[in-house]
Amino acid sequence: MSTIEVSPASPYSGELQQPVINDFSIQVATVNGSGSQTANNVLMRSIFQMGIPVSGKNMFPSNIQGLPTWFTIRASKHGYVGRKKEIDFLVAMNPETAREDVMKLDSGAAVVYDEPLKLDALRSDLHFYPVPFDKLVGPVCPEPKLRKLVRNMIYDGVVAWLLSIEMEEVRQALVRQFGKKKAKAAELNWGACQAGFDYASKTFTKADPYRVERMNRTAGKIIIEGNMAAALGCVFAGATVVTWYPITPSSSLVEYVIGYMKRFRIDKATGQATYAVVQAEDELSAIGMVLGAAWAGARSMTSTSGPGISLMSEFIGLGYYAEIPAVIFDVQRVGPSTGLPTRTAQGDILSTALLSHGDTKHPLLFPSSPEECFRMAIEAFELAEQFQTPVFVMTDLDLGMNNWMADPFEYPTQPIQRGKVLTAEDLNRLGGFARYKDVDGDAVGYRTLPGTNHPQSAYFTRGSGHNEKAQYTEREDDYVNNMDRLARKFETLRAHVPRPVVDVRTNASAGLVAFGTSHYALEESREQLRAEYGIETSYLRLRAYPFTEELKEFIRRHERIYVVEQNRDAQLLSLMRLEATPEELAKLRSVRYYGGLPIDARTITDDVVGQEKARQEGK
Amino acid sequence: MSTTATPPPKKLNRIGLEVVNYKGSKTTLCAGCGHNAISERIVECFYELGVQPWSVAKLSGIGCSSKSPAYFLGLSHGFNGVHGRMPSLATGAMLANRTLLGIGVTGDGDTASIGLGQFMHLLRRNLPFIYVIENNGVYGLTKGQFSATADLGSKLKTGVINDLPPFDCCALALQCGATFVARSFSGDKKQLQSILKAAIVHNGLSVIDVISPCTTFNDHEGSTKSYGYVKDHEEPLHELDFVPYYEDIAVEIPEGQLQEVAMHDGSKLRIRKLERDFDPTNKFHALEALDQANAKGEVLTGVFYVDTSKPTFIDMLNIADAPLGTLPESQVRPPKQALDEVMEELR
Repeated sequence: MSTIEVSPASPYSGELQQPVINDFSIQVATVNGSGSQTANNVLMRSIFQMGIPVSGKNMFPSNIQGLPTWFTIRASKHGYVGRKKEIDFLVAMNPETAREDVMKLDSGAAVVYDEPLKLDALRSDLHFYPVPFDKLVGPVCPEPKLRKLVRNMIYDGVVAWLLSIEMEEVRQALVRQFGKKKAKAAELNWGACQAGFDYASKTFTKADPYRVERMNRTAGKIIIEGNMAAALGCVFAGATVVTWYPITPSSSLVEYVIGYMKRFRIDKATGQATYAVVQAEDELSAIGMVLGAAWAGARSMTSTSGPGISLMSEFIGLGYYAEIPAVIFDVQRVGPSTGLPTRTAQGDILSTALLSHGDTKHPLLFPSSPEECFRMAIEAFELAEQFQTPVFVMTDLDLGMNNWMADPFEYPTQPIQRGKVLTAEDLNRLGGFARYKDVDGDAVGYRTLPGTNHPQSAYFTRGSGHNEKAQYTEREDDYVNNMDRLARKFETLRAHVPRPVVDVRTNASAGLVAFGTSHYALEESREQLRAEYGIETSYLRLRAYPFTEELKEFIRRHERIYVVEQNRDAQLLSLMRLEATPEELAKLRSVRYYGGLPIDARTITDDVVGQEKARQEGK
Repeated sequence: MSTTATPPPKKLNRIGLEVVNYKGSKTTLCAGCGHNAISERIVECFYELGVQPWSVAKLSGIGCSSKSPAYFLGLSHGFNGVHGRMPSLATGAMLANRTLLGIGVTGDGDTASIGLGQFMHLLRRNLPFIYVIENNGVYGLTKGQFSATADLGSKLKTGVINDLPPFDCCALALQCGATFVARSFSGDKKQLQSILKAAIVHNGLSVIDVISPCTTFNDHEGSTKSYGYVKDHEEPLHELDFVPYYEDIAVEIPEGQLQEVAMHDGSKLRIRKLERDFDPTNKFHALEALDQANAKGEVLTGVFYVDTSKPTFIDMLNIADAPLGTLPESQVRPPKQALDEVMEELR
């Protein structure tokens, strides 16, 4: 007996749509703080365990409890894990947003909803599956206090039946989610899940086209958040001093660092920590501690988001000029000021590249994936110490806080390199040193660490004018000499930062440039451009600033370059413009998205197609 | 005349170094500046105690006072940071290498204004570190603006009256967790030496607020720290020596007595030693005494509080005995098995 009410006017009545297998998005709309995260993770993992590529994106408010939140799971047989603009399958649990959520759907979408909401009256072109959650939860959860949490698990069962997700996978995902210590809770939730499944199987007739089928595309993969990946990178990079000030979406990065440090970085023989983590009073202090620690020899880091980066500005200038290694993660979020603190952006690129006063510029690394969060964390420390300068790892909320499929991380093969640090033995041999002298022609001087057991080890670090011997000076020639060397150092860096990933198509006249999380939407967009519009494109994924020669070559080879980024002011493009020749400038175009959600393929495709058409019409 | 005079034997300290090994470069501060006297005391104390200079890290913020680390301990690593943020640099440095002996020099602008937040949190953490405030109530490098330790009613050269009460850095230190709190006067050689030496050996945060008169910007009619003001308003002033601006102030103050010292810029400094029965382990005694002295316009000096039992920040973090910064790779990079274990959990 079906309870689906489909009006005769519906284009779907009476006819079965072509099944859509392993290529759709599910959105679960709940209330923040209602405990839906567990149910959502179990749902995502179940699909993942069936070998189908998935991604999970949590769109949450800046709120602890009570405001609406949406979790979107995308299943894609093609492996597309960027945000999909269209929602195909809605689980409407939040009375406040249910109406708007339903009205936004495209025709033919499916809606599982809490029966009393009576959403089926809103539209006649959708597939509705009403579920009496409150009635179902009672028998499976005798404890009234827990019902609010457990009722979420019922939709997992309902969705499992509707999408043909194997219940054994759901059970495994659930057991895994709760862990061995919470077996009782797992049992309770499994009961709810089964109740949902049973209800759906007895009540509904499958009418929507969406379902899953077992694949083999996730074997060996892991699911991980970017912040966790970056944290692991820091732990395996040998970071020893870690400082932070809590800020969304960066906090979990250091919280994961703390967890892994406690687990792997306590000396078993002595019980002592081989690290120090300090929650500082603010970001100014956090970066100050990082610089002080690095000056004294520690691999030190901090993690923050845009507002914290702004606060660190003065100290970063000191770090640049006094030449102190530091690693700073910027998990970017939306906005000047508080902006949209729980939404994603790539909005700190320009300000961070040139952060601070006077003439300053800093290397930025742009990870796109958890694997790169891990690897670039390690690379950032290597670069920072090799070049004695602050290095920024620019991730964003989408990468940092959302769930991503990834290949298991490879253990670092290169030993840790601490850069040019002179020991007491070196000083015996050399008889002394000049801290800021370019001895090797790479514009990087030699430093010593405080506490080096040698009478000639000391030098004086200062933000004020200094000569090669680190002595105070206000002389014009000394100052210019030092600034020119710093500029040469930045040039030397170009050959050492991660190279872009380039895919050049010989028949493409347009090249796309993107970085970070825009990558996923961009890859999908290239396919849309090719399949729907016959536009072949090349693609260069930037992985660092300063730019490397590959970017120049890429621009040279193409007539038009579309720089895709998630900010209003074309910040990466602006950085490119600073170095571009007039010929290169004429080729540069911009594609931007800055609404706070992860950029999606359709947005890029529409924009590129629009600009390509306008160009042709202009001719 | 071929008499080659035998040079006098060099005076060496217990680790075989001369006092010259503890000196820094030539000061560029004003002649007679109290900060120079403090630098000299630091040189003497480290020399006399036989501290190895290259095991010391000296840090500072920005301002006249923060220039002074260049003028002492030339064989120690130095770090002249940014205004008011020396505590964070010091915290990082001490965590990276817990074997360092750390000393920081700041001014009243650094400590009581722009860096008040960092100062308070440093106190809270009880970092093993010597924190010297060279306190003159005035911004020198920017040419004479009030600082937050300037006295109520004190007057600038421009005629501006300070209508805000001062922060008492020692009272803050007492309330917020420092485990060694003292106040001295740059001209009191003997007392400052004793306090500095105690701080050098103290395991915890030492705060030494040193009244260090500014000879250039606080020696005018109307300044509560001017010689004239002190002369007019405080009777004991007549007892004090006047020290001209081109000479350092050197006044011995017998313990247990009140003294008013007028700097040659006229700043009022009335220094009274604490009574011998004063209990430096009771911070409430100290706070009460400070409050009473401040109300009377007196400046109490001496050691207000010592607590040698409180765990330091290093203890609390339970960090390795060897410096974190130079631990070998085998101790800071977990083995492959650890990474594989985590990867397995995420599958």
